[in-house]
Amino acid sequence: MEGLLSLAVKAIFVENLALSFFLGMCTFIAVSKKISTAIGLGISVMIVQSITVPANNLILTHLLSPGALAWAGFEEVDLTFLGLISYIGVIAALVQILEMVLDKYFPPLYNALGVFLPLITVNCAILGGSLFMVERGYDFAESVTYGVSSGFGWALAITAMAGVREKLKYSDIPDGLQGLGITFITAGLMAMAFMSFSGVKL
Amino acid sequence: MAQKRREMLIDPLVDNNPITLQVLGICSALAVTSSLQVAFVMSIAVTFVTAFSSMFISIIRNHIPGSIRIIVQMVIIASLVILVDQVLKAYAFEISKTLSVFVGLIITNCIVMGRAEAFAMKNPPLDSFIDGVGNGLGYGLILMLVGIIRELFGSGSLFGITILETVNNGGWYVPNGLLLLPPSAFFIIGLLIWAFRAWKPEQVEEREFKIQNVEAH
Repeated sequence: MEGLLSLAVKAIFVENLALSFFLGMCTFIAVSKKISTAIGLGISVMIVQSITVPANNLILTHLLSPGALAWAGFEEVDLTFLGLISYIGVIAALVQILEMVLDKYFPPLYNALGVFLPLITVNCAILGGSLFMVERGYDFAESVTYGVSSGFGWALAITAMAGVREKLKYSDIPDGLQGLGITFITAGLMAMAFMSFSGVKL
Repeated sequence: MAQKRREMLIDPLVDNNPITLQVLGICSALAVTSSLQVAFVMSIAVTFVTAFSSMFISIIRNHIPGSIRIIVQMVIIASLVILVDQVLKAYAFEISKTLSVFVGLIITNCIVMGRAEAFAMKNPPLDSFIDGVGNGLGYGLILMLVGIIRELFGSGSLFGITILETVNNGGWYVPNGLLLLPPSAFFIIGLLIWAFRAWKPEQVEEREFKIQNVEAH
C-alpha cells in the first residue's frame, strides 16, 4: 500500500508528465489560454488515462508478453513488437467508446468535455503513460495508481499554466516573444518549480 | 513544377517551421535534445516516418472513407514507427535505450498526423513525400540547434567529442548544469522563437490587449 502511495506522489509531482517529460505539450500549449477550458481538458485526460493505462496493462500481460498466449496453445509466441500498434488502437477505441457512453448517459458532461475527447487520442501524455507502464513493468494495481495519478498531475500542470497565462496577457511583452515564446519560458519556470519536489520521498 | 517542389522543401525550414510556427511536435523536441547524437537520430526517425506516412496515405487517399480516416492514418503511422523502433533496437541499442518511450511517441507526434491530415489527403504521392521530408527537416533543424546549445554548454562536447575541456577533466570550462536539466529546453526554444521572429517580423503574433499610452494632463 505504501509503495502505491509513494508511486502516486512520484507520478503527480516528481515525474509530472507535462513538466518533466514534456508529454502532451502540443495540447498543453494550445489549450491553456483559459482556466475553464484547461480544467475541462485536464479532467478528460485524467479519465482517459485512468482507463487506458490499466487496459493496456491487461493487454500486455494477457496477450502480448512472451508466453502470454500459453492458454491458447501458443507457448513460444512473443508479440511484444506489436505493442505500439495495439496500445494506440486501444486508446483510440476507448476514447471513441467513452465519447458514445458520455453522449448517451451523461449529456451535460459530454457537452462540457465533448470537444476535447477526440484531441486526446493524439495526446502524447496518454500513449506516454502506457509506454512508461510497459517500460517500468508495473503490475495491475500499480498501473491503476499510475494512470490516475499521472493524469491528475497533467491536469494540475495545465490548470496552473492557464492561470498564469490569464494574467500574462495583460503584461507588456517584447514583440517577438509575444504568444508562443513567452509561453515556453513560463513553462520552463514552472518546470523548475516542479523540480523542487524531486527530493521528496514517502 | 521543379521550382514549386523546391519551395515545398525549403519553406518548412524557416518560413513555416513546424515547431516555432505551427506549434506541432513539441513534446519530443524538448525531451530528446540533451545530447546531439540522440537529437540527430530522432530527427532522422521523424523525417523518415513523416515522409513515408505522407506518401502512403497520399497513395490510398481516394480509398479512405472520411469517417474512419484517423484510424487508417494511425495504423499506417504506427506500422512505420514499429519499423523504426525495431531497426533502432537491432542496430543502435544504446541510443534506443536513451530515447526510451520517445520513439513510440512519434506515433502521436503532431507533425506526422498534421501533415497527413493537412497535406497528404489532398495532394499526389510525390508532393506529399517532399512535403513530409521538408517538415521532418524543419523539425530536425530546431532539434539540432537546441541539441548543439545544450550539449556544447551543458557538458562541453558535441556528438560526445570534447570541444570545451571541462574543469573536472582538468580543463578551463565550467559546464552549465542547468542546460542538462529539462527546463532549459523550454528556455532555449522560447529564445529561439524570439530570434526567429526578430529575423522574420511577419511571424509575430497579434497582442490580445494593446497597451495604450495615456497622456498626462
